[in-house]
Amino acid sequence: MSCPQSLGITLNHTRYRSFYARMCASGKYTSRGPALIPRMKTKHRIYYITLFSVVLLGLIATGMFQFWPHSIESTAEWSLDRRSVHDAPLVRLPVSSPIPERGDLSCRMHTCFDVYRCGYNPKNRIKVYIYPLQRFVDEVGVPISSTGLSREYNDLLSAISDSDFYTDDVTRACLFVPSIDVLNQNSLRIRETAQALAMLPRWDKGMNHLLFNMLPGGPPDYSTALDVPRDRALLAGGGFSTWTYRQGYDVSIPVYSPLSADVELPEKQPGPRRYFILSSQTAIHREYRAELERLKEENGEALLLLDKCSNLSQGAASARKRCYKGQVFDYPQILQESSFCVVLRGARLGQATLSDVLQAGCIPVILADSYILPFSEVLDWKRASVVIPEEKLPEMYTILKSIPHRQVEEMQRQTRWFWDAYFSSMKAIGMTALEIINDRIYPYAARTYEQWNNPPVVKWSSVNSPLFLPLIPPRSPGFTAVVLTYDRIESLFRVITEISKVPSLAKLLVVWNNQNKSPPEESLWPKIAVPLKVVRTKENKLSNRFFPYDEIETEAVLAIDDDIIMLTSDELQFGYEVWREFPDRLVGYPGRLHLWDHEMGKWKYESEWTNEVSMVLTGAAFYHKYFNYLYTYKMPGDIKNWVDAHMNCEDIAMNFLVANITGKAPIKVTPRKKFKCPECTAIDGLSLDQTHMVERSECINKFASVFGTMPLKVVEHRADPVLYKDDFPEKLKSFPNIGSL
Amino acid sequence: MQAKKRYLILFSAGACLILLLYFGGVQAPLSRRNNRRDDHSLRGYNGSPQWPHFSGALQPFNPWDQMETEEYNVHISPRQKREGISGVYSGRHCRMESCFDFSLCKTSGFKVYVYPLQKGEKMSESYQNILSSIESSRLYTSDPGQACLFVLSLDTLDRDILSPQYVHNLRTKVQNLHLWNNGKNHLIFNLYSGTWPDYTEDLGFDIGQAMLAKASISTDNYRPNFDVSIPLFGKEHPRTGGERGYLKYNSIPPYRKYMLVFKGKRYLTGIGSDTRNALYHVHNSEDVVLLTTCKHGKDWQKHKDARCDRDNAEYDRYDYREMLYNSTFCLVPRGRRLGSFRFLEALQAACVPVMLSNGWEMPFSEIIDWNTAAVIGDERLLLQIPSTVRSIHQDKILSLRQQTQFLWEAYFSSVERIVLTTLEIIHDRVLQHASRSSLMWNSHPGGLYILPQYSSYLGDYPFNYATLGIRPPSKFTAIIHAVTPLVSQSQPILKLLAAVSKSPYCDQVMVLWNCDKPLPPKHRWPSTAVPLLVIEGESKVMSSRFQLHDTIPTDAVLSLDEDTVLSTTEVDFAFTVWQSFPDRIVGYPARSHFWDGNKERWGYTSKWTNDYSMVLTGAAIYHRYYHYLYTNYLPASLRGLVDQLSNCEDILMNFLVSAVTKLPPIKVTQKKQYKETMMLQTSRASRWADPDHFAQRQSCMNTFASWFGSMPLVHSNMRLDPLLFKDQVSILRKKYKDIERL
Repeated sequence: MSCPQSLGITLNHTRYRSFYARMCASGKYTSRGPALIPRMKTKHRIYYITLFSVVLLGLIATGMFQFWPHSIESTAEWSLDRRSVHDAPLVRLPVSSPIPERGDLSCRMHTCFDVYRCGYNPKNRIKVYIYPLQRFVDEVGVPISSTGLSREYNDLLSAISDSDFYTDDVTRACLFVPSIDVLNQNSLRIRETAQALAMLPRWDKGMNHLLFNMLPGGPPDYSTALDVPRDRALLAGGGFSTWTYRQGYDVSIPVYSPLSADVELPEKQPGPRRYFILSSQTAIHREYRAELERLKEENGEALLLLDKCSNLSQGAASARKRCYKGQVFDYPQILQESSFCVVLRGARLGQATLSDVLQAGCIPVILADSYILPFSEVLDWKRASVVIPEEKLPEMYTILKSIPHRQVEEMQRQTRWFWDAYFSSMKAIGMTALEIINDRIYPYAARTYEQWNNPPVVKWSSVNSPLFLPLIPPRSPGFTAVVLTYDRIESLFRVITEISKVPSLAKLLVVWNNQNKSPPEESLWPKIAVPLKVVRTKENKLSNRFFPYDEIETEAVLAIDDDIIMLTSDELQFGYEVWREFPDRLVGYPGRLHLWDHEMGKWKYESEWTNEVSMVLTGAAFYHKYFNYLYTYKMPGDIKNWVDAHMNCEDIAMNFLVANITGKAPIKVTPRKKFKCPECTAIDGLSLDQTHMVERSECINKFASVFGTMPLKVVEHRADPVLYKDDFPEKLKSFPNIGSL
Repeated sequence: MQAKKRYLILFSAGACLILLLYFGGVQAPLSRRNNRRDDHSLRGYNGSPQWPHFSGALQPFNPWDQMETEEYNVHISPRQKREGISGVYSGRHCRMESCFDFSLCKTSGFKVYVYPLQKGEKMSESYQNILSSIESSRLYTSDPGQACLFVLSLDTLDRDILSPQYVHNLRTKVQNLHLWNNGKNHLIFNLYSGTWPDYTEDLGFDIGQAMLAKASISTDNYRPNFDVSIPLFGKEHPRTGGERGYLKYNSIPPYRKYMLVFKGKRYLTGIGSDTRNALYHVHNSEDVVLLTTCKHGKDWQKHKDARCDRDNAEYDRYDYREMLYNSTFCLVPRGRRLGSFRFLEALQAACVPVMLSNGWEMPFSEIIDWNTAAVIGDERLLLQIPSTVRSIHQDKILSLRQQTQFLWEAYFSSVERIVLTTLEIIHDRVLQHASRSSLMWNSHPGGLYILPQYSSYLGDYPFNYATLGIRPPSKFTAIIHAVTPLVSQSQPILKLLAAVSKSPYCDQVMVLWNCDKPLPPKHRWPSTAVPLLVIEGESKVMSSRFQLHDTIPTDAVLSLDEDTVLSTTEVDFAFTVWQSFPDRIVGYPARSHFWDGNKERWGYTSKWTNDYSMVLTGAAIYHRYYHYLYTNYLPASLRGLVDQLSNCEDILMNFLVSAVTKLPPIKVTQKKQYKETMMLQTSRASRWADPDHFAQRQSCMNTFASWFGSMPLVHSNMRLDPLLFKDQVSILRKKYKDIERL
């Protein structure tokens, strides 16, 4: 019986305790139990049953305690229903308590960050632990900070704890956030704060610890990073300069402006504003104020230079007013009246004004040499600000005047979006900082530039085609023809024979959509030069035609109905050539149009000979196999099922899908208007049927509502061979047999 | 015996139980508290209750009184502070602010000077390529007085003392340069530094305040926004042009035969050996094939370890090229130095690089968003790499792969591209607020084709309408290039003027008077519905037709020869087509090029062919940005050639646009009597009939192709016609009926 010993070894590893206990108990039961039980006497049976149930109960109890969420560190005796800061446990720091080293400037994620703590996880999400609040005092009982836990830091920690980053299990945490508030260095006693940090139970040289600081440095020289020695801890700091910022390790954050919480500024439409440049900061160095005055003299009304109101008393109210020559303005409302707002460095590089300016939708003109802009690791500030070197302040007006109007409007929109998404609250700031660190640890799952930088309106209206590389694929792989068929064998065989004459045909795939009937025997099929494969489907669904079958080995797919027999080999080959030039589009033969019916107030389907086209029917169309994959797995809403249920409009759905993701119109090739055999006019008649048209119109309206927009693009051109209908010997033309209608 | 056993069991079970209870007991208070915590959440706590969300009166982090007073503490004048910076932050702390003299770039913009070659200096082929790339670029100046950036003519590429390319006594040679100025505004290229066994990044001479363009630079030594990290390239790397990427099609699903491959040396001792030594743990000889060999160097047998023979045998079973082309991901582990040749090879092969090189500052990291084209792994997490790459979604692979190709062709395919990218990065720093945005660098056509002086707004370029979600322009400006005097009212130019100005899409007509005769008086010009602007060409040379006049108010330009015959309908149709393809040239008469195998050169043909690769700019619509590119991107030598010949300007324009877009121009329908028949009646007829004219165009093509480094033109097989063109329906139903009428 070695159980007690093995338990003894694992005493410190609480996680494994129950595991070992269970092993121990069950080991005994399984290895010895079966051998003993048969020989048991009745009086012993009760004994064993009791023993067993006691063990079992014990196990259950332990299990329950173990798997209950709890944190070991929180044994630091402080309970949560006391919600006042003053009830947090008091910790006395001995004078001799160790002080961490000053931050190491060469720290990077791969040297100072323990990535093993984050581990591989399928959600690619780091886990963040927050230390419970303690009140640190020195030996004589003086607190290490004059403010203690600030409102903002409490908001920040609350936000983290509400987010999906949070874990209360210190052993599973990848990142640790101390509850020691270092947002403002001025309210800290540096040495004692450092000692308090080092006392944190998991400090371990600051490894994987994240400190948030917005106001670093202090008089007289205001350093640009928190002066508290902090070992290897990461610093999310406001006001980094290029010399203190450890690229790829620290996170540059904004200085939170408390005005954001108090004042609500409605979003203003981009456009020209009353003033061109506005300066609203109150603590500008006199040298710079003199420069601004000079600019004002030169350019007059376009500039508005505000300063503190001298007649107002100090305090929160005065922060909301600005004055110019006795004229009083409301701050920050006045910021909305200007196109550009100056954000000059003060004693520190990071300025809370930046946040106010962004909120007002005013474009910040940032004059703070060597300043690392907030979240510059992911945000493209060129789209939302103008950075001018301090020495070029006198040229500011000329520089700003040279910016195109359209760009100014885009920047105005961008500033507000940056504020909404990343500056508006301590929560936004904290989450962004964690998101950035998360992206570093799981770079392959990182948010993209577009996700970070495109405001919703751009995300909505812009398209990023998945096939974005300008590429004309070589002719040689050819295309795979996919024929959807049910039971029209004769017509199918004619189609197969016709298509097989196309030089670039690589393979023919027949999708047999009839479950009641087997496809004809192999010997009956037309003999063709390329491989012919038959796929039998499980259900008679239209979407089967767009399934990304493994048998399709080329990127080009020709979808063709089993009754399209009139397309000539030249026409098909030419269609393929055109597709090669537009591999991200649908390239098809029969074209259709959607129209807005003003009377009915909805979309209408049009199949007449028109001057415009916005769809090509997939009864005969080339497209990239990628769209098969999209159709099958990424079709928005219930469109796919809807199509299968109605047995109609799969082609319209495909047109919507492609146009929506590429933002491009399809290409109609060749003038052909008739596709089915003359004797099949009855069927043609059917498709012209009034009910058919109504149904198709319904499809368009349905899809437009699912997509939330009308993605189809209307064009007026079609593709013909270069020498089509030209007065030129037919035999010298590459594609002579084109054009019979 | 049995009793004994029973007691033993009883005892041990009891012991277990006591232990269990003991631990359970320790947990008990905790769990009680947890229960209470739950009560809180029931009582309407917001979200999860772990952080107590203190609601009492907390102080703000930055009290008002502090905010008001402290900023006034600034005593030091900001100007003095700025001036002090260069003294404080030098050497390893160099930044543009402290170690670069911006004032040198003020006078003549961003110009680069290359020191004259010194006699007797040996120079590697790669460095010669670098220097000649600079010298043939538009940024080059031979006058050091105009220069903003200086490049040494001393070969600094290989600073490995053991290398035959090592240049000795660099320290003194550099110090003796009279323009050296402690390296200020100098750029030093370097590929290799340090040597066995530690491979430090020391160059062996004092670089002073010079910037480094260095391969394999580590984040430790990299000075952000000052140095430039360049890729490691071999001496076979072509000087210009360069091969295109190997991606020919986007197959679906995007997986290739192998998931992850690597084939390379394994270092038995010394720096950088750890990662490669561990690779065999991940190798599965199926879809993850990571091969190493010990067989390199003179005395590998001496250090060989237990795995060497097995590894070597496995190594020889696979062909590197085959693996490279047939793998979805390629591992790029650090070698002796942080960067390796594998990186560029993988990039070109569209094999998504999986980086395993902790602390390597990726090439051009200042501007390239590598997360879109590579997987940045961590050497410490080698064992997770297979599961990581397997977890990457197909859509992501598709886009990673295309991005590798874009980046390869935009910035890496030749020495010239690498050098120009390096220079343009520095140029951007000098331009400051007017520099390229991240989107310009990371999307087609790439930063080298975007000249930010044109505009800092992306929407002013023809490439990003879709990604910005804006519509292409709705109006065009017609520019008519006039070379003959105005004598009669029936002259083609007047007909053309009337036809074009009637187009509803026409915003303005400009006549560029490039005729030797003086400008005709205003009343000689017909009155038009849109403003007519006649401007006199300054130099009256061919290239002036592609000058970017400030007077062009629209983004679209319809460029016309004076003898072009066009109807309003044709113009309208062409313009609607252009709106679908705003980055291309849309025109009427087309020409083609072909490779003349016998003469080993490019041939030009104006015959009617089944395909085309150029459209004549005597009648074509394109974006006005191409005017800017033509004037500012192309070297003076090519423009000079065009002016001198008064010919080939259209070929050059087609070269330029196709080099940018990598796509053919677009030909639209026209009535058949265009130039071929009409030109005989005009003055310029002689020009077209002249056999010399044709020969000139042929040789132009070859000159242009050699400057571009490859043939940028692309063939197209199709022409765009109006939808009902020549269809058998009533002509009344057709929108563009005039195109069919002769």
